[in-house]
Amino acid sequence: MSPQHAAPRRTVPALEEPRALPEPEVAERTLATGLKVVAVRRGTVPLVEIRLRIPFAGAAAGEDVSVAAVLANTVLSGTGSHTNVELAAELQKIGGGLSVGVDPDRLVVSGNTLSDGLGRLLEILNEVLTTATYPEREVGTERERLADRIQIAFSQPSQLVRRALLRRIYGTHPYAIETPEPDQVRAIESPAVRALHAERVLPVGSVLVLVGNIDPDATLDLVEQALGGWSPTGVAHRTPPAPPLAAGPLLLVDRPGSVQSSLRVALPAVPRAHADYAAFQLANLVFGGYFSSRLVENIREDKGYTYSPHSSVDHSAAGSVTLVSADVATEVTAPALLEIAYELGRIATLPPTAEELEQARQYAIGTLALSVSSQAGLAGMLIALAGTGLDLNWLAEHPIRLAKVTLEEVAAAAAGYLAPSGGVTVVLGDAEAVTGPLGALGPVDRP
Amino acid sequence: MSAPTSAGAPVTIPATGFPVERFTLPNGLRVVLTPDRSAPVIAVGVVYDVGIRSEPQGRTGFAHLFEHLMFQGSENLEKLAHFRYVQASGGVFNGSTHLDYTDYYETLPSNALERALFLEADRMRRPELTAENLANQIAVVKEEIRVNVKNRPYGGFPWLLLPPVMFDTFANAHDGYGSFEDLESATVEDAQSFFSTYYAPGNAVLAVGGDLDVAGATALIERHFGDVPARTVPTRPSFAEPDLTSERRAVHHDAMAPLPAVAMAWRVPDPVGDLSAYLPYVVLAEVLTDGDASRLQERLVLTDAIATSVSGYLGFMGDPFDVRDPTALLLQAHFPPSVQAETVITAIDQEIERLAGSGLAPGELSRVQARLAAHLLREVDAVLGRTLSIAVLEQQRGRAELINDLPHLLAEVTAEQVVAAAQTLRPARRAVLELVPGSAQ
Repeated sequence: MSPQHAAPRRTVPALEEPRALPEPEVAERTLATGLKVVAVRRGTVPLVEIRLRIPFAGAAAGEDVSVAAVLANTVLSGTGSHTNVELAAELQKIGGGLSVGVDPDRLVVSGNTLSDGLGRLLEILNEVLTTATYPEREVGTERERLADRIQIAFSQPSQLVRRALLRRIYGTHPYAIETPEPDQVRAIESPAVRALHAERVLPVGSVLVLVGNIDPDATLDLVEQALGGWSPTGVAHRTPPAPPLAAGPLLLVDRPGSVQSSLRVALPAVPRAHADYAAFQLANLVFGGYFSSRLVENIREDKGYTYSPHSSVDHSAAGSVTLVSADVATEVTAPALLEIAYELGRIATLPPTAEELEQARQYAIGTLALSVSSQAGLAGMLIALAGTGLDLNWLAEHPIRLAKVTLEEVAAAAAGYLAPSGGVTVVLGDAEAVTGPLGALGPVDRP
Repeated sequence: MSAPTSAGAPVTIPATGFPVERFTLPNGLRVVLTPDRSAPVIAVGVVYDVGIRSEPQGRTGFAHLFEHLMFQGSENLEKLAHFRYVQASGGVFNGSTHLDYTDYYETLPSNALERALFLEADRMRRPELTAENLANQIAVVKEEIRVNVKNRPYGGFPWLLLPPVMFDTFANAHDGYGSFEDLESATVEDAQSFFSTYYAPGNAVLAVGGDLDVAGATALIERHFGDVPARTVPTRPSFAEPDLTSERRAVHHDAMAPLPAVAMAWRVPDPVGDLSAYLPYVVLAEVLTDGDASRLQERLVLTDAIATSVSGYLGFMGDPFDVRDPTALLLQAHFPPSVQAETVITAIDQEIERLAGSGLAPGELSRVQARLAAHLLREVDAVLGRTLSIAVLEQQRGRAELINDLPHLLAEVTAEQVVAAAQTLRPARRAVLELVPGSAQ
């Protein structure tokens, strides 16, 4: 509080009684092929959002994630009846679009359409799933383009530090490499991509979510009619459990000439289905998970070291991890890291105040409702939950869990998961400038 | 409700019917409400009619720096209290600075409506402008510029780098993030003067959307904003500049970038004063760049493989319906180092020439219009996007209802209008910026 501040004359209004989120109209069916379909009505605008999650664990041969990356970038390159340009035009006709992403756990096809076009969007999706041809010329063009885009991505500090951090955390586990090297991508030919599609693009274990101004039951029939013929059989693999974090010396990655250092600290976390999750989520919020957290108030609003420090939880099928991030001016690299360690130590050893806990609790409950109040938000949340077998029930019950968490449970979760001694720290920056100051805090490793 | 659509049958462009209620308080504050009770969430947005173009000479970046200061305490709230009250209500907040406006907003569970109104009214009455807060936020803004521009390949490309090629006046050409020198020399007196000039209630629009009752919300707005003192509202000067009569080119060396890129821009009709002349350019940008079936994607990326990505949009910040004149249609492409910038520019020229000379293919216009409608509808699905859109439409046009009309207005654009727009994209009227990557210096 600044000394010049006059005594408050007006008081901040209290909250009114909360209104309950109306129960969504939902329908679910598992088709004979193994595809699980969830349709939810959310009718604000005349659109439909779709998300299709296909298990892709083990799709990388050895550490080579490049075939899966090329597949994601070329699955829309042509089908038995349409070229890439014709497919794009067919989608445009219904105001629609499709895009594809891949990681070590899953392939996700995301799309949206004007709601009158849903039937057609599903026909096109079926055509892609069952007759994608991976034409040699288009695969050749796309893999070169993908390699160039990866080169651009790897010039970004945020991507470079993430690459180093994942290798440091996961070692030989598939999560160690998220993005292939450009040269690996350039070596991929169509037959390898076609083979991967045949083996892994399967309805078994896949989940399709549809959210929009739809009649959920009628939509299930529509999906069954359009996608019932997507029926190859095979086995959905699972990612092996991620290894526990192994603490060790700070890893410093040199980026000569950087005017900022990218600080990242990884800490253990628990998945959404874990009994400790609600308490852990609140502990992380109080530490650094939102703007009104100790970390932001300390290193941004008090010291001005950084623009957007935060602590977030990454959930993957085989493990969850907390990531603390801050990009800070080179000259305050070590002081900023010291403050991060200090705040981790403080949350792990001193329980939050009751006021801190209530504030984090209301934030967690309120923002969950906000995040699922749009079609795209709800579709994205449902497909993320589907990765660990959770569904709308979890969404309905989680606010109740959050409401019940006690201060003692939050303190225990903080001590168990956020202690700085359990962290893995990676710094990307100008090594010549920051090695000395960082060395004053502890041992520094170089890759 | 969805029904199967057979291949080839065009879909009809749907309409939304978001309601708009409006009134003006005696102090000049304009208010628009758009109720939607389908989920218990609300959004509150306050848009001030001041942006990057209005900042004083020698104070580049000031509008954005001032935006940060609006979160540092207010008449009845100490530093950090704003953040805590919004988040402890289960909500999120932010603000952003544009060429022609600055917005402040929160979206929260609807039981926090009155609290959100109180918070916005309190800082409209008096933000806490102290030397300590100013020094702290100058440091934070410098880190924001480092993370988004100075330490990042392609930072500021092309939105900060192309305007000085295209424009001559300080207002239109300067760096809206600001130089460190200008930011560091900002004073509390500058901030007070900026506040008293531009942050009058009569220079703002308040928009509230979502789970609200119109009569109840109106009473709350009168209670909290009614006694914000009226102040003189500045007259917005014209920022008009003559169109280019010969091509302008510049080269930017980016030591951190691995691959070259090029961006180019042409002036377009006044988006506010001449909407019907402007809309064909919005459609044209999509015809050229939206998806694999667009002209430039097909030619540059898929057929010739001379670009890794192509994009096209209206407004330097990608804001077709919340920017005033003068503004531009931009095209940009990243390409492999083996390709010359001139090869990319020539191919773009050829495709524009082909469109201008031979017109659109059958079905091309209607499918682009369908996709445009879906993009617009998607942006207004979440209550926050909808509320901020109506706030800016009301401020710049007095037409918040345009939110429901835009998909149809874009669907009424004719092939002849798109072709005529393409005919204006001549080399002699454009500004071109080449980005040369570090390894090529």
